[in-house]
Amino acid sequence: MKAVTIKRHLRESFKSLKRNGWMSIAAVSAVTVTLLLVGILLSILLNINKVATDVENDVQVRVIIDRGTTKKQEAKLKKQLQKISGVKSIEFSSKQKELKNVVSVYGNEFKLFQGDDNPLSDVYVVSATSPEKTIKVAKKAKKLKHVSDAKYGGASAKKLFKVVASIQRWGVTISILLLFVAVFLISNTIRITIMSRKNEIAIMRLVGATNSYIRWPFILEGAWTGLLGAILPLIVVDALYIWLYGVLSESLAGTSYSLLTPGTFLWEIDLLLAAIGIVIGAIGSGLSMSRFLKI
Amino acid sequence: MIEYKDVVKEYPNGVVATNHISLRIDQGEFVYVIGPSGAGKSTFVKMMYHQEVPTSGQIKVNEYELESMKNSEVPYLRRELGIVFQDFKLLPRLTIFENIAYALQVIEKEPAEVQKRVTKVLDLVGLADKADNFPNELSGGEQQRIAIARAIANKPSILIADEPTGNLDPETSEGIMDILEKINKDGTTIVMATHNSLLVDEYKHRVIEIEDGKIVRDQEGGQYLNESSND
Repeated sequence: MKAVTIKRHLRESFKSLKRNGWMSIAAVSAVTVTLLLVGILLSILLNINKVATDVENDVQVRVIIDRGTTKKQEAKLKKQLQKISGVKSIEFSSKQKELKNVVSVYGNEFKLFQGDDNPLSDVYVVSATSPEKTIKVAKKAKKLKHVSDAKYGGASAKKLFKVVASIQRWGVTISILLLFVAVFLISNTIRITIMSRKNEIAIMRLVGATNSYIRWPFILEGAWTGLLGAILPLIVVDALYIWLYGVLSESLAGTSYSLLTPGTFLWEIDLLLAAIGIVIGAIGSGLSMSRFLKI
Repeated sequence: MIEYKDVVKEYPNGVVATNHISLRIDQGEFVYVIGPSGAGKSTFVKMMYHQEVPTSGQIKVNEYELESMKNSEVPYLRRELGIVFQDFKLLPRLTIFENIAYALQVIEKEPAEVQKRVTKVLDLVGLADKADNFPNELSGGEQQRIAIARAIANKPSILIADEPTGNLDPETSEGIMDILEKINKDGTTIVMATHNSLLVDEYKHRVIEIEDGKIVRDQEGGQYLNESSND
């Protein structure tokens, strides 16, 4: 394509966007609402996925020690645990430390149980060498003396994944529906643009302008509409995410689970939303053109 | 060169607009297409620039076989044709100069070439002084001259004019005819569908008369009315 032509297409697309005033604003708003919802849904979905993966990859087995087990017996247990194949490291967490965790997550009311009232047990936090090994390690640990239970995150992961899958299905379905609505609204707007320029199109066709030449300004107009519509969702999704990340990270502190960090994640989601906006805009207007380009 | 071979055009509603028409128009000819309204003139002309596609038969325009033409080829056929309508079809928001330039820009001619061609055709139709006016500031005859200037700006080998004087008074129509004659003298084929008997009788050329979708007369230098059938 020649430089003159590209310049001309750009100029025409901006002119048309301006000329359509309220219709353009309506189409931009449609994109805004769509992308806002898609952006929020996407952020939630990706984070649920991340946490689910964290859970799945969790190699920790919490070996809960029988209450009343002596220090000596605990030391012996530790040695036995070390002998299980697939164990990487073992960390001791006293019942006082366990209570501290509970207090930090569930609140100061639990401080009541301090001292002798502490109902919790001492725990060995055993890390397996790989997620697959965790189940074996847990099973073997459970059979050992003085062990009341051995819990691992992997078990809950299976249930969690079922929930995640259904959330994802719904999220994706809703997103696709929203995108369709946006494409429809944009194509309608551009159709009105086309109506007002029917004469121009007829003349272009008569003097031998190619269909792609005629189509370009409209496709660009749709792309601008999509891009403009993406601005507000980008700001809102970014701000909301940074705020929520701050809030949620606090409660996730101390666990091996974490949310996607805003730095890279927001860049990706911003680019994705802008790209979706541009693409649905271009598709919407491209669709509405086709009827006018038949002989 | 335009060649029709056994061309039938039947519309979906059953109306047969052209019924087995065959003819040949050579390069450089000036041809009138006449006949009553609804006889099929318009369809006959529209098939030349692929606005209508024949139901059966073959149409050849220059090197293009229209009946088997791909949609993507149509623009290139039309670049070899100039087309003029009864209602001028000028763009009201553009000046006269821009209107003509527009037709060249959309087929991606270089700006310098556009400038040169527009100046030349404005001179040819005698309206160089109106370059900066808008269409609504011009008379009907002047607007039609601009439409012709636009049609010939890309040096087409064939100029198709569908009722070009339909909206104009007799004197203005003669002005239009003088321009068409001039263009024809330069070697451009002219196909003109018309109802204007005065012009057909005054400027003698080949007359093709269509009635009920059939060619009922094809006569070199003929009159508007068919003398032989009036006897």
